[in-house]
Amino acid sequence: MHGHRIPIWFFIGALLAVYGVLVLAAGLYGLVHTPAVELASLHAGVWWGALLLVIGTGYVVKYRPRRQE
Amino acid sequence: MTRLLTLTPLDFAIVAIYFAAVIAIGVYLRRFATTGEEFFMAGRQMTAWVAGLSFISANLSSLETMGWSAMAYQYGMLGAHAYLIGAIPAILFLAMVMMPFYYISRTHSVPGYLQLRYGEGARSVAGISFTFLTVMVSGASMFAMAKILNLLLGWDIHLSIWASSLTVAVYVTLGGLLSAVFNEVLQFFLIWLGTLLVPILGLVAAGGWNGMIKAIQKNAPIIHPTVQNADFTSLWRNLGSFDTNPMGIDWFGMVFGLGLAVSFGYWCTDFLQVQRVIVAKDLRSAQNGTLIGAALKMCVPLIVTLPGLLGLAVLYAQDGSPLVLVPESDPRARITHYTFNDVLPLLMGRYLGPGLLGLGVTAMIAGFMSGMAGNVSAFATVWTYDVYKPLFRRNASDRHYLAMGRWCSILGVLISIAAAYALLWFSNILEFLQVLVFFFIVPLFGTVILGMLWKRATSAGGFWGFVAAIVASIGMWTYVHTFPEGYSPQPKVTLGEGSVVSLQKDQASGALRRVTVESGQVAALNVALAGFGAPAQAQATAVTTALALPASVTARQGTSPVQVLAPQVTVAGQPTRFGVEGVEVVLRPGVRLSVSEISQRFAPAAFNPDHTQYVARSRKAKPMAVNMYSGWWSLVVCVVVTVLVSLFTRPKPEAELKNLVYGLTPRPDEGKPPWYESPALWATLVTLVLVAVNLVFW
Repeated sequence: MHGHRIPIWFFIGALLAVYGVLVLAAGLYGLVHTPAVELASLHAGVWWGALLLVIGTGYVVKYRPRRQE
Repeated sequence: MTRLLTLTPLDFAIVAIYFAAVIAIGVYLRRFATTGEEFFMAGRQMTAWVAGLSFISANLSSLETMGWSAMAYQYGMLGAHAYLIGAIPAILFLAMVMMPFYYISRTHSVPGYLQLRYGEGARSVAGISFTFLTVMVSGASMFAMAKILNLLLGWDIHLSIWASSLTVAVYVTLGGLLSAVFNEVLQFFLIWLGTLLVPILGLVAAGGWNGMIKAIQKNAPIIHPTVQNADFTSLWRNLGSFDTNPMGIDWFGMVFGLGLAVSFGYWCTDFLQVQRVIVAKDLRSAQNGTLIGAALKMCVPLIVTLPGLLGLAVLYAQDGSPLVLVPESDPRARITHYTFNDVLPLLMGRYLGPGLLGLGVTAMIAGFMSGMAGNVSAFATVWTYDVYKPLFRRNASDRHYLAMGRWCSILGVLISIAAAYALLWFSNILEFLQVLVFFFIVPLFGTVILGMLWKRATSAGGFWGFVAAIVASIGMWTYVHTFPEGYSPQPKVTLGEGSVVSLQKDQASGALRRVTVESGQVAALNVALAGFGAPAQAQATAVTTALALPASVTARQGTSPVQVLAPQVTVAGQPTRFGVEGVEVVLRPGVRLSVSEISQRFAPAAFNPDHTQYVARSRKAKPMAVNMYSGWWSLVVCVVVTVLVSLFTRPKPEAELKNLVYGLTPRPDEGKPPWYESPALWATLVTLVLVAVNLVFW
């Protein structure tokens, strides 16, 4: 036997959460220093980063490795 | 041309984190791939969701997203058919009709099913052609990735090829199919979350859906002047004839060529796709996984077709005119014009700021790498089980085949790298590769489906039907590209680097009327000019008196405007570049001129209308229509030959067809599912949504 396998969803959640933090941070920085892209006033980085963080954290919490009963 | 995208350190960090994550996943999964069944079939333990996401992701590579965005820019809403009639009926058929046979026969692969049903002959042809194609497609994917990253970001081509392929080699060799599937599911999320912002922001910029449609109707005739009357914003109402839509196809070609032959061939018998769902933990999960894939497939136009349409609506040049993108084959491509393939990166660069752009680029790289990983793992499976085992070593231990699978993964990556470098030097092969895939998958579908549904089909019938259809496909392809009287590429005048040029414009319209070359060098291709050397090998000769080159040339194929390309010239003391068509070029005395002519009897990049009228029913049929009709005829040949040969040869006894043929394959009793797990319910819902989408965008 190979032991319990961590679900794929946990890895996806972890990666999305890390990306969420980075994109959100860049978005918040963009509130002060506006990036040179169209529709920068919508601050897509902020809400998209937050969305990634929420999805990622949700997956991490739900599928985190637990000690086998 | 300038780079389309510029990454910040944060964007680079996002890309680097992705590479580290996939290698870490591969290392982690190694412990779960210790037997042949685990390495090649992921232990047959996949849930419906993992199987479904992997099934759809294996097809959702970056070549797919960029390529079909380009198709939507070129063909308008018709590009969405690849995700509707060009996919959904076939996926539903795979789930409800074919999956039980694949699953119950416990085959390792589609060629494996052919062996069970027809014998070694059909399996060998399918196995060898499939292994060859997978590594070629994998190499093409790698080559395309390296080229695109070089063009978009200025990254070194060799570094891109080696870094991505070594990463893929590590995680596929360690974790086998499980690793490939994990990365495909991961890639599904990355592609959606990295790309979905582009159409959202694009629609905001276009003023919503209605604003986008109005802008397309206004801009399309300017962007695509050769299809002035074509309707870019409908799915069916423009398919009454070949010249009312930008794809140059009619409803018959769309329904029977794309919807039946090509689509069913691709989705039902391409092992790369089928492998993803036959490894599910039970038949119901395999069916539901496929149906989840069908439902998600219908959503893909949101991130693929919609950006292509937005490219027609929101991209404008500095002077306020619509930005015109050109095909890769256009001599102006990447010199003076961006190409159709650039439409998605152009929109990404326009709307995505730091961080978001890194996410978008990571999605592209993930798509390329998971596409390659899928091909390599499929190559390892088919080579080990359908070529090596039956032909070289029939009764080795499981441990031996597992080792062979791991070595094959490395070998597959190395052959892919070799194929990528071959494409680097012979890049025109790339455009034929997709056609090469058509040569095999459509005949394969005809052979497999007759084997499943008709117990009278014999081994000889299956083998000869398969071979005859491949020969017919290759024959039709050769025929439509043959020009008995010669084909001359469009006439072109290229102004040499550093040439000094003056431009004369029309005062009222501002349009360029004449280009005068004061000094420098000019190369003329297929511009008939008496007195300037022998065709095809003329040396540059200085012009002694002012010489006017014609704005258009009349040849056997009709009158063509002369293309004028100036990749790096000087105008009024300023370095510049431009590309125009149908403008007179005047050479001052002293300018060096070389003249060459090309005429080909076989031109793979051009279609002979005298011949396409017999394959695709019309001289007006365009390349896409010809490919779809070729697929249809190939299927017809396969069915007719298989049936005829079967009627004159001895069928297998029914006892040998158990679990392989309709009527002789009892379904396993998996108990009555709860209503929400019923494949029939979900298949019905997907069908209803498909019909509704087609009616709404009729």
